[in-house]
Amino acid sequence: MSQIAAVVLVMLATVLVGAFGIRVSRTTSDFYVASRTVSPLWNASAIGGEYLSAASFLGIAGLILTFGADMLWLPVGWTGGYLVLLVLVSAPLRRSGAYTLPDFAEARLESMAVRRLSSVLVVLIGWLYLMPQFQSAGLVFRTITGAPPWTGSLLVAVVVAINVLSGGMRSITFVQAFQYWLKLTALAVPLAFMLVAWWSDGRPGLTLGDEWVLPLHGRDHPLYETYSLILATFLGTMGLPHVLVRFYTNPDGRAARRTTLVVLTLLGAFYLMPAVYGYLGHVYGMPESDTVVIALPGRLVGGPVGEFLTALVTAGAFAAFLSTSSGLTVSVAGVIAQDILRGGVRAFRVATVLAVLVPFALAGVARSLPVATVVGLAFAVAASSFCPLLVLGIWWRRLTTAGAMAGLLAGGGLACAAVVITIIGGPHTGWAGSLLAEPAAWTVPVSFTVMVVVSLLTPSRVPRGVARTMVRLHTPETLNVDRGDWRPRFM
Amino acid sequence: MTGKPRRAAATGPRGQGEGAAPTGKPRRVVVTSPRTAAARRPRHPLTREIDEQTRLGEVYMGSLVRTQFRLALFVCSLLACVVGGLPLLFLLAPELRAAELFGLPLPWVVLAGLIYPALVVGAWLYVRQAERNERDFADLVERR
Repeated sequence: MSQIAAVVLVMLATVLVGAFGIRVSRTTSDFYVASRTVSPLWNASAIGGEYLSAASFLGIAGLILTFGADMLWLPVGWTGGYLVLLVLVSAPLRRSGAYTLPDFAEARLESMAVRRLSSVLVVLIGWLYLMPQFQSAGLVFRTITGAPPWTGSLLVAVVVAINVLSGGMRSITFVQAFQYWLKLTALAVPLAFMLVAWWSDGRPGLTLGDEWVLPLHGRDHPLYETYSLILATFLGTMGLPHVLVRFYTNPDGRAARRTTLVVLTLLGAFYLMPAVYGYLGHVYGMPESDTVVIALPGRLVGGPVGEFLTALVTAGAFAAFLSTSSGLTVSVAGVIAQDILRGGVRAFRVATVLAVLVPFALAGVARSLPVATVVGLAFAVAASSFCPLLVLGIWWRRLTTAGAMAGLLAGGGLACAAVVITIIGGPHTGWAGSLLAEPAAWTVPVSFTVMVVVSLLTPSRVPRGVARTMVRLHTPETLNVDRGDWRPRFM
Repeated sequence: MTGKPRRAAATGPRGQGEGAAPTGKPRRVVVTSPRTAAARRPRHPLTREIDEQTRLGEVYMGSLVRTQFRLALFVCSLLACVVGGLPLLFLLAPELRAAELFGLPLPWVVLAGLIYPALVVGAWLYVRQAERNERDFADLVERR
């Protein structure tokens, strides 16, 4: 009962704060101006709040419980991705002035075709990321109420749609920042109680010779799959549409770097915990499922305190569904409205409904995979499309429009195809199954190679303003130089 | 750089001592040296070279991008060695998979614990160096 109360509380709070947000901030440019006063800690908390989805909150512990030590790489990659983002992308991206990935593509390559292709990829990655959020909302809702899964998905989808349509959430850095600390608390407090309970149980450990604890074990091709997972997570982080937007709220490139450093610290602190949940889950013989995080506190602590802790983790899980889904929906809807429909408030409303409806429908029909697995696939698509675009775009002058198009099509296309085959036709076995379930190890090199080779073959298609763009991307803001006059188009 | 050589006065700002030699015999004086500071000053600031995309401006921009890229590449290579090396280490030395540290399995201690502070320290060092590179570039371009 207390769990349902916790869910209702989180939903109500989200809708109310969203509604209140309209009065605080009306337009994107308000958001932009207001954000100039936001410190790196607030900004980083907001990025963390938006980034830590159901996959992080529930999925990692579930996968670790199921597959063992190899899955420890998942949170490592989701944190370490920010180190790669920091050194290769953060400051130049902020300096580019781009608000979304398609904006960056347009600013750097001066091509509407590349911009449109990027938009399509943003929408696909966004939907792939949203679908498992809705699925696991259904799963958790069924666990606490016994209702069929689609009711929970529908509940979250409706609240997200209302929230985004009312213009809240996105506009307030504070709300997303609060979500990070809520999720951290919702995982840390029960963990502290559980460790006390575990200690007073006489610190039960693993039975001798338990292979679960060993790395490179339990799957078909563990070495390939481990490397592919590492590549997807470390390189995919920079290509996530909802993360990128937050970088715009930094005043300059230097602050963007410092924010990323704080993000890395905050995520590192958070990701210390799911592994412990997985470990305790295994020691206490919990069933292998995404809901282990929800079920574990009640199993270890029990009584009214256990019930309170269960309510707390449930609230945290719903906060994770809502914050990530809202962030993704805003990003996807913004791109649909601006680049596919013709812009304006009406288009944004239609786009919001589309952005939520499609993944909701997919959540109902698609094969139910562990949430962190599907989110991992979204990372693989991002790593094979936007990672080469950003890295080569920022550091390599000779990238051409044709090269970028070809690389996005080849890498993004192959990764998307692998995802579709895995989700619809899977599970496949043997080498084919591994290559399709963890495509990054081959799609990322393909994408980079195609982008470089095609660029070298089409030297006449280097954008004319590339020198000015390089000045804009790399010179510190303190210098008084001509940075060109490109500006992102706000709706 | 200024084009015309200046026929400068024998005594510059820091050259007072030279004319007043106690021997009374006229000394040979190097006339160019006191004005070197003035001669070295470019006709216009380097930011204008960058704005006008002259050869010189391009060279300066190229050096900034290269410095930052080398730093980024260094961090990425280090990361690749650590992160890419660990699975290989577990593959080649299977006894490490089951080894224990502080009473916990070694792979868990590393992957679920130690690696996170290591990432943060790496990021912190990178930020420091990247900001230093930018400061150096700004000093170079804006120097008098």
